[in-house]
Amino acid sequence: MTNPEKPYSVIIQQADFDIAQLQRELLREGAREGAIATFTGYVRADKDAGNIQCMELEHYPGMTEKSIEATIAQAAERWPILAAGVVHRVGRLYPGDQIVWVGVSSIHRGAAFSACEYVMDFLKAEAPLWKKELGDQGGEWVEAKEIDAVRAGAWSGGEE
Amino acid sequence: MLHIAFFARVKEQLGCAKLELEWGSDLSTVAGLQEHLCERNNGQWREVLSEDNIIRAVNHTVVSGDAALRDNDEVAFYPPVTGG
Repeated sequence: MTNPEKPYSVIIQQADFDIAQLQRELLREGAREGAIATFTGYVRADKDAGNIQCMELEHYPGMTEKSIEATIAQAAERWPILAAGVVHRVGRLYPGDQIVWVGVSSIHRGAAFSACEYVMDFLKAEAPLWKKELGDQGGEWVEAKEIDAVRAGAWSGGEE
Repeated sequence: MLHIAFFARVKEQLGCAKLELEWGSDLSTVAGLQEHLCERNNGQWREVLSEDNIIRAVNHTVVSGDAALRDNDEVAFYPPVTGG
């Protein structure tokens, strides 16, 4: 992400990530950033019925990265983004684990806040990733939630 | 050749992650390919692949059924996404 030619970075990996390091990597030369907004998602322990022991995340290699990169490009057309980064973990994850990170830098906080939320909303609605919960009763694919499509759709209403 | 991939619940229910089919005139659209796949295993794949919410992607872009297929395209069928 320190390459000035490519201010947008999307990484899909099994390994955990260091939020502080990711945030530092968003800073470019010249100190133009006035704000960085970030989002971190975690694996929750509770579920409506029963406890989740762990979770298995599958994705579509190649398309996942392209989908998120396209979302960042759309955000960059809408807000003056200086740099943006997304890390999403796949494989086996446990309650409390970090699962996803989105960071956006801009000159002012308004654009950073909005673009960060936009990228996360479209990641959830469009990026080809799937969660399977593994619990006492075996494995179960997580069902998509309507609210995720609603949140992504709301951006086309022009609210910022 | 068409390179076909299935993911998550669709992959599990079909018991198949990937397959290749010779491109031909009856497989020149995504809908045509989907119908062809539905006939596999004595029609047992239809139950999985005819669900309304199946998402179809060609060369990593989500498309509708009337999208055209060309030789060497990569076509994926998968359920609604649940990342993040």
